[in-house]
Parts: sequence; C-alpha cells; structure tokens
Amino acid sequence: MERVGGKRFLRREQLEIILQALQTEGYRCVGPQRVEGAMVYQPIQTLSELPQGLRDQQSAGSYRLTETQNRPQNHRLFDWANGPQGLKPLLFPPQEPLWQADKGERGELTFRPLGVEQSPLAVIGVRGCDLAALSLMDRHFLREGAEDPWYQQRRQQLFLIAVECTTPAQSCFCASTDTGPAIKQDYDLRLHELDEGFLVDAGSAQGALLLQPLALAEATPSMVKQSEDALQRAAAQQQRAVATDDFRAIFAGRETSELWESIAEHCLACGNCTAVCPTCFCHREEDVSGLELQQSSHQRVWDSCFSGHHSQLHGVAVRSGRRERYRQWMSHKLAGWHDQFGESGCVGCGRCITWCPVGIDFVAESARFVEEQL
Amino acid sequence: MKPTVAIHKFSSCDGCQLAFLNMGEPLIDLAQKVEIVHFAEAGMVNPEAEVDIAFVEGSIYTPEDQQRIKTIRQRSGLLITLGGCATSGGIQALRNQTREHWCDALYPSPEWIQTLSTSTPIADHVRVDLELWGCPVRTEQLIPLLTDLLRGVKPTLVDEPLCQSCKRSGAACLLVTAGKPCMGSITRGGCGAICPRYGRACYGCSGPVAAPNTAPLKSRFSALGLSPEAVERHFSMLHSGAKPFLSEGVKDE
Repeated sequence: MERVGGKRFLRREQLEIILQALQTEGYRCVGPQRVEGAMVYQPIQTLSELPQGLRDQQSAGSYRLTETQNRPQNHRLFDWANGPQGLKPLLFPPQEPLWQADKGERGELTFRPLGVEQSPLAVIGVRGCDLAALSLMDRHFLREGAEDPWYQQRRQQLFLIAVECTTPAQSCFCASTDTGPAIKQDYDLRLHELDEGFLVDAGSAQGALLLQPLALAEATPSMVKQSEDALQRAAAQQQRAVATDDFRAIFAGRETSELWESIAEHCLACGNCTAVCPTCFCHREEDVSGLELQQSSHQRVWDSCFSGHHSQLHGVAVRSGRRERYRQWMSHKLAGWHDQFGESGCVGCGRCITWCPVGIDFVAESARFVEEQL
Repeated sequence: MKPTVAIHKFSSCDGCQLAFLNMGEPLIDLAQKVEIVHFAEAGMVNPEAEVDIAFVEGSIYTPEDQQRIKTIRQRSGLLITLGGCATSGGIQALRNQTREHWCDALYPSPEWIQTLSTSTPIADHVRVDLELWGCPVRTEQLIPLLTDLLRGVKPTLVDEPLCQSCKRSGAACLLVTAGKPCMGSITRGGCGAICPRYGRACYGCSGPVAAPNTAPLKSRFSALGLSPEAVERHFSMLHSGAKPFLSEGVKDE
C-alpha cells in the first residue's frame, strides 16, 4: 500500500480540524459513541462527541464499559477494544431495498433499480481486525465480474481513520490471526494514541492532503518507541489464540464428530455470532408491498445459517438442527473460507465470543478439534 | 368476486383484532380488496357466514368455544390463528397447571361460570392453516401476510429468533451488556424487537421459536442470580401452553 510520509505528532484537539475538513468535503462522519452500555459507531459532528477515558471489559457472554481511573489516560478516546459491530452494517446494511416493481394502469409491470443515495462516509476509530474484515468483504462483494453495486458505491466513498488498538479485550485474539493490533494496510489515516496525543501517518493521497495544512512536526524517536512498545504489550496481553490458521485438514472427515453434538447442547441457535461477525455476509431476499398491491420493493435482509429457513432447498432444511448449523458456521469460517477466498474468515475480533448470550468460546471450541486429532 | 373474510373472537382480550383496526390507511385498501363479512369489533356481525379466510383470535376455554370452532372450520376456506391465545392457549393457559379453585375464591357466584378445565390453542381442536404468533400481533405482521394471500402466494413466515431483528436494528444485547434475563434468543421474531430497543429484556410474548434450546438459557439466567422460581416464571408467562415451554414453566402441584 502507498505510504505517504512518516509518522507525525497530532495533538488531540487537532483531530477536530481533520473532522471539520472531512465534513466540508461532504463526508458524513461516524465515530464511537457510548450507546446502551456499548461502543457503537454513530454519526458525529465534532470531536467533543467522542467519549473520553472509556474502556471495555469483555469476556464470553459479557461486555461492560468502565471509566479509567488513571489520570493521564482519562483523555484517551480510543482506550477500548471494539464494540458489537465493525464496518459491516455501514457497507452492507442490515436491511436494504435493491429494486422496485410498479404496476401500471393496464397491469403492466415496470422494474427499476434502487441506488445508494448517501453521501460519502468517514469512519473514525477503525481497528485492525475490522480492516482485515473489510478486505475479506471486498473479496466477496467486489469479486471481478460480480461486483455488488450497492456495496461498491459505499466502499468507493469510504474514508477510514484507523486507530491502533493498545488495550485488547480478554476476548481478542488478533495477534494469532495476524490482523492486529498493529495496523498495516487499507487506511487513509492511521492513528496511534498516546497520553499526549496521536502519532499519525497517511495511507492514501487523500489522507496526506488532509494532513498537509496542519504542518505537523515529525514524531520523536521516543514517541515512536512508546507506540511500538504499546503494540507489543497489546499483542502479548492477548489471552486467546486460534489453534491453527487453516482448519481444512482438521475438519476433514469430522462431519459426524461428537464434538459438534457437545457444542450443540449449549448453543441457542440464536445467530448472534453471525450477526456480529464482521465477515458474515449471508442474507435472504424479501418483497415488501403495501395492501394497495401497486408497488413492491425487493429487499435484502441479513440472515443467519442458524435460522431454520436458511438451508431450505425444495422445502427441506438441509441443515436440520443446531449441530449441523453450528458446524456450518464454524467450518465455513475457519476452513471453507480458505477454499472460497484464499484465507480464513476469522479476523480475531472476538465478537462471537463476547456477544454469545451463553458465552460459547469459538476459539476454545475449535481448539478441541485439534486436540482430539492429536 | 372479492374474497370474503371473517374475524372471530374466542377467549382473549381483543388486542389482536386491533392489528386490523389500527392499520390506518391500509385498512381502506383492505376494505377494497376483500369483503369483511364478520368482524364484531368493527361492527359487522355475521358469525355463521361461509368465508374464504377466517382469522381466529383467542383460545378454546368454554364448551361453547369447542363447538363454535368446529362450525367455523367447516365454513371457512383458510383458517388463520391470530396471536398468542389462539396459537398457544395464551396467558390463561397458566390455569391448566393449577389445581386450586381460583374461580371460587374470585367470583361471588362461581356456579354461573362455565369453563373447561384447560385453555387450549385452536390447533388442538381443528386443522389450522397458518399460525401468526404475537401478544398482540402487530399490523406490520399482518400486512405482509394479507398481501401474500391477496396475491395468491404461500405466505412466508420467517422462523428466526428475536435476536436477529434485534441485531439488525443495531441495538446492543441487554443480556451481554447489562446481564438482563432476555428471552430473545429462543423467542420468535416479528415484533420488531420493541422491548430490547427500549432497554427492556424480551419476555417472550411472540412465543418460542420452532425448536428452542431452553436448558442453556435457563442455566445462564441462574448464573445471573435468578432464583429457580424466577427462571421458571420467565418460561411460564404468556405461552405456558406452547409445547416447548410447557415442561419449563411453574407447576403448581
């Protein structure tokens, strides 16, 4: 990726100038907001809307935001790991009309595509795991010759301000999937937060243009050293690690393993894991019409391989129960993705662990298949 | 010929019928597309009429109910149950598991009250073509069903838990962020996740999904600090008569 200039120092309040410049250029900005006890990307207009000094405590089935007591860190804006959603809902909305059919006076039908009528979007506070997920989503939605026009339009108008993660949650395992906590690619601006401000560099010409008028001083060697140490600590702190990057050989011939049954005993089949997974892209399509029966809109809606209708073929659910559905979710993510996209579908964000209502640990459960084989 | 429709009431609170009355403008469209021949709450009374589509609200709770539902079945093309009472026996099915004579304690002249010993869903008595869950059902559930029927296609009733629509709405999980005992993971969607979006845990008013795994959720509720009685009560509120919840609810032995 194009790297434009070295690391420079940005005072915390100077982030406001970047935010305002983006809005002047017509961008809608979203950033992390505390909503109902979780960090959620929401529209923001000024830097003051970003909450300061918040941390997240995540574990299997639990997420809590806490305020940091430590004084210099009270001002930090990005001391949390992640929230319930990454970039997925911003690029692939949970429910989206694709086209519309209208009935004319003589009963003739006309069809018209519905485009994306949204201004460009800038996201502040994107994590390494979510950038890795974005790259996987690109491979699916922008596959050559089969580009998804709705996704494509949003993607082309996306400006990403990534922030390196220095306080991983107990559920995180991005060091083992090599997707974080350091950020290496796919950003317009990359920030690393220190107590006194940010290290910043541009990853695109557009990002560099935004930095230029600020005439920022180069980061001092001690700041750079501080940031490198913080990233090393963040990787070393992680308590989970995937047993292997590629589970194809592990799952091969294990379709009827009793381990699937033992997971299914605990699984609610609620599909929360798939909904929060930043790389899950399954959807169903529905037609929505009023009772006047003159117009109908064709929508795509997030769906889950845990739902009964998802594997219906000719009226029969091919994956009949929780065992088959959990197997589909895990084996597709960790093995099938390699065949489909050339790498694992798991980016180590840990959301499926945190947001599982009964705290099923995806990493630990997948490791049992490796142990069983040894 | 416009299709004919009847809306019948059995033992219930009338709330599901309001999904028709509260439709607003689409009610005018509906009145142009179908002929509503019986809908006592709206003023049309012809309970004996033969119809193409009968919507049935309420559970079977009296000897008279038992007979009347059989007649309605014979005189109706499609029979569609509307809401929790008609589909699971409703909140009044709580009495199915009690042996105490509340009736004697509550009413001055209990001899005037003639009920069966159980409140049961319509499908226990006659063949039902389609079941619409909810307590009450919402206009938003009814309109897609009616448009499908008017177009002559088989209505699609999505079998997915509430969590799916809750996540699509962007709400953060109350069980995970606040430790609230939310029933959403094993409760049928369709309500639009109203409660969790306003910070209240789902209490299962839309009934259980097709094959709920109740045991792990009960363990989770216990781990949150709920007493065994409080856990059971979550499963025996509005749908104690629904088969997947039947074994989970309070038993007054």
